[in-house]
Amino acid sequence: MSRGVSFLARRAGFYALAAWAAITLNFLIPRMMPGDPASVMFARFRGELEPEAIEALRATLGLTDGPLWSQYLTYLSHVLRGDLGTSVAYFPAPVSEVIGVGLLWTVLLAGTALVIAFALGTLLGALAAWWRGGWLDSTAPLVLSLVGAFPYFWLAMVAVYLLGFMMGWFPLRHAYDTGIRAGPTVAFAASVLHHAALPAATLVLASLGGWLLTMRNTMVGVLGEDHVRYARARGLPPRRIFLHYAARNALLPSVTGFGMALGFVLSGALLTEIVFSYPGQGYLLIQSVRAQDFPLMQGIFLTITLAVLGANWLVDAVTLILDPRTRR
Amino acid sequence: MAEAGPLLQVRGLCVSYGAVRAVDGVDLEVFPGEILGLVGESGSGKSTLVGAVLRTLAPPGAITAGQVWFDGQDVLAMEPEPLRAFRWSEVSLVPQSAQSALNPILTVQAQLVGTLCAHGVSARAARARAPELLAQVGLDPSHCRSYPHQLSGGMRQRVVLALALALRPRLVVLDEPTTALDVVVEREILRHLLALQRSLGFAVVFVTHDLPLLQMLASRIGVLYAGQLVEIGPAGVLGSGGLHPYTRGLVGSILPRPGQAGVPRSIPGGPPGPDVVGCPFHPRCPLAEERCHQDRPPLRTRHLGQAVACHVVR
Amino acid sequence: MTGARWYKALWANPKSRVGLVVVVAFALLAVVGPWLVGDPTAFLAVPHQPPSTAHWLGTTGQGQDVLAQTVAGARPTLAVGVLTGLLVVGFGAVTGGAAGFWGGRVDDALSLLINVFLVLPGLPLMVVVAAWLPPGPATMTAVLVLTGWAWNARVLRSQVRSLRERDFVAAAVVSGESGVRILVAEILPNMASLIASAFIGATVYAIGAQVGLEFLGLGDPSAVTWGTNLYWASNDSALLTGAWWTFVPTGVGVALVGFGLVLVNFGIDEITNPRLATPTTGGGDG
Repeated sequence: MSRGVSFLARRAGFYALAAWAAITLNFLIPRMMPGDPASVMFARFRGELEPEAIEALRATLGLTDGPLWSQYLTYLSHVLRGDLGTSVAYFPAPVSEVIGVGLLWTVLLAGTALVIAFALGTLLGALAAWWRGGWLDSTAPLVLSLVGAFPYFWLAMVAVYLLGFMMGWFPLRHAYDTGIRAGPTVAFAASVLHHAALPAATLVLASLGGWLLTMRNTMVGVLGEDHVRYARARGLPPRRIFLHYAARNALLPSVTGFGMALGFVLSGALLTEIVFSYPGQGYLLIQSVRAQDFPLMQGIFLTITLAVLGANWLVDAVTLILDPRTRR
Repeated sequence: MAEAGPLLQVRGLCVSYGAVRAVDGVDLEVFPGEILGLVGESGSGKSTLVGAVLRTLAPPGAITAGQVWFDGQDVLAMEPEPLRAFRWSEVSLVPQSAQSALNPILTVQAQLVGTLCAHGVSARAARARAPELLAQVGLDPSHCRSYPHQLSGGMRQRVVLALALALRPRLVVLDEPTTALDVVVEREILRHLLALQRSLGFAVVFVTHDLPLLQMLASRIGVLYAGQLVEIGPAGVLGSGGLHPYTRGLVGSILPRPGQAGVPRSIPGGPPGPDVVGCPFHPRCPLAEERCHQDRPPLRTRHLGQAVACHVVR
Repeated sequence: MTGARWYKALWANPKSRVGLVVVVAFALLAVVGPWLVGDPTAFLAVPHQPPSTAHWLGTTGQGQDVLAQTVAGARPTLAVGVLTGLLVVGFGAVTGGAAGFWGGRVDDALSLLINVFLVLPGLPLMVVVAAWLPPGPATMTAVLVLTGWAWNARVLRSQVRSLRERDFVAAAVVSGESGVRILVAEILPNMASLIASAFIGATVYAIGAQVGLEFLGLGDPSAVTWGTNLYWASNDSALLTGAWWTFVPTGVGVALVGFGLVLVNFGIDEITNPRLATPTTGGGDG
């Protein structure tokens, strides 16, 4: 298994490189825009922000005096310490503090929705291929593709309208009732679940089609392979063939794709949060856009990127367990 | 030579892939404990025949006519559950490519145990039996814990042989088992196979395009051409030339061994298209007569276990 | 397959036939539509009116005609979508083609670049870049291409890599043709269906991502596009007032165009890989 460890180490190195690229992008983007970033900012915010706020902003972006490379090193050292600067919209709170709270809610919402959609989608996709020509195979991919063609947040809007506004079954906004105190109580947990149900459901529904289709197509290919036919010839029971010979082999591309789909689904989750005023990263994102709060925007970008990279590395570890050939 | 009736009986079997007839009315018998070789060029229908008998044809292949009887049971009429039990416990298969036949994500042990348990063996007994099965084919039992990609081609072929013998079937079909292997490994595996056949007494159907190999191994040889069985008989008779013009052509085209005299001659022409009328070999046959163009010659039995399908040679 | 045969095949396949009809219908709508409806920006009626004979799809929170907005919004959204699709596939073909064809260090470097861009999450990056640039279709296109090129590059790269091993390419290499010429004249034409499929996929992505960004407020709020329609609907509290007609038509439009394109892609998939087509007869046994 030491080969597996070296595989994981190489992947970790790649993700570190990607993280570095993200940080460097954060550094370079303000400087690549037309005009000198300092004067651009001054022009934008003059009259709106106090001098201390503007100073804090310059410091966050590393716009100190000095050559570019020294600015870069300063910026890098700040980021590596966890100092993402000071927020403009929530001045004088530091960006890391503003983000910190929202991160949990986003992970809760997007994480659960992703896991459910993946599990349900791959299972249904495998069954669709197993029962070829059945209703699952012929109608489900089309229907779910149609549902997935709607923007995630639009589905959220429809859900809020139908089930929240008209039916009153689900709350329209926020993560839990304003009357309840946060804490490890049953009432709190119930309220959280009640508020998370609708956003999570729309996310699952919107992303289900992709998982289903990928798994179904891969499964169709695997079912035609020699080792499956040979397993049938050996008289193995259908359930065993479905699980261990077909589905487990067909799962591999879906798992590999999981990492990439993660970023995509996360984007959808962010926009969905906005519709529900769910206090996660998405909500912070739109606040930061409205207030032109660049430090917060860039802070969110970095945080989300790091989370996605970490999740990708976990997926690599899972692939290692599932596919003995990668351990060689 | 045969004491009891035939173990496997095939009557008038026809298999088509859409509009193409891959197996065209084959009559065949396999007797208990014998080694029957089936020889033919690529596209002669050998593998399709095997797939039809075991009912493992991949779509669009379909059996369009004929019957298959195994020890009195109608194989083609079996319901899924009896078929599943029948498979492997009575008839097993050693496929052409062991690499693609084994599940890449399961260990050898898992695949052996799975096969045994599927046919009523308890899990514990199966786990004990797996290393024995490997030893039987000349593999170190520690390879139970290996994955297929960790084994060499020859080792994988032995695993597949071990799988085929796991339930002590009465008939083992080998579909070009040594095509992808080098000669030394091939000889080793065949040695094990023959030894096991002598001790366990199962019948063997050995499908290949390698006629000289069959001359050494088989007791009877059958010749397939264009989906039809054109001749079948004792290995000695066919090995020295046989009766059917195609068989003679095949034997005559074999490269001589070092030290032997003789120049190989190929059979002129190529395999027939799908719409040939009469005897399928007649366009290339040196003995073809008028009726060969029109009537397909039936497979006429000369002695027990020997038959020829030819108008000219009777 | 030649172009004419492809068109016939796509028309024959039920999925892609429906898709083509839908897409062409919307293309026509985008081109001709704005001349058929009134001025989408005019504040001419009582806000938040439900659909009526005067305004077939009702009015927005600011008294504009929803039908006019929906039809007028199609043009810029689809235009940016198609342009982005073309650019994304273009970049993807160049980088993926170079990486797949030349292999070695070129491949290592390009693959690394592709993989980094693949793994960085799209929306946050788009937000950061778009926030610094002035709003408008040019910015939108640039941002979408920046975050979307990598996926196609990877897909095209692996196809080029496998085609490179084929005999006709080896023959061309031996006969001394230049690498670029081989890539353009021999390899890419053999990937036509894959490139078409990639273009469609990229366009679908571009439309969806564009709408998302504009919903966030990073579009040009004074322009009339599908995305800004949704932005204003949300801003004017469509949900809290129950004014569903302000966001449903645009959403349906986006979904129909996207779904139509996806159907065409399904058709292409089924034509190139017939096993994926849902069987009409049962087959095999056991």
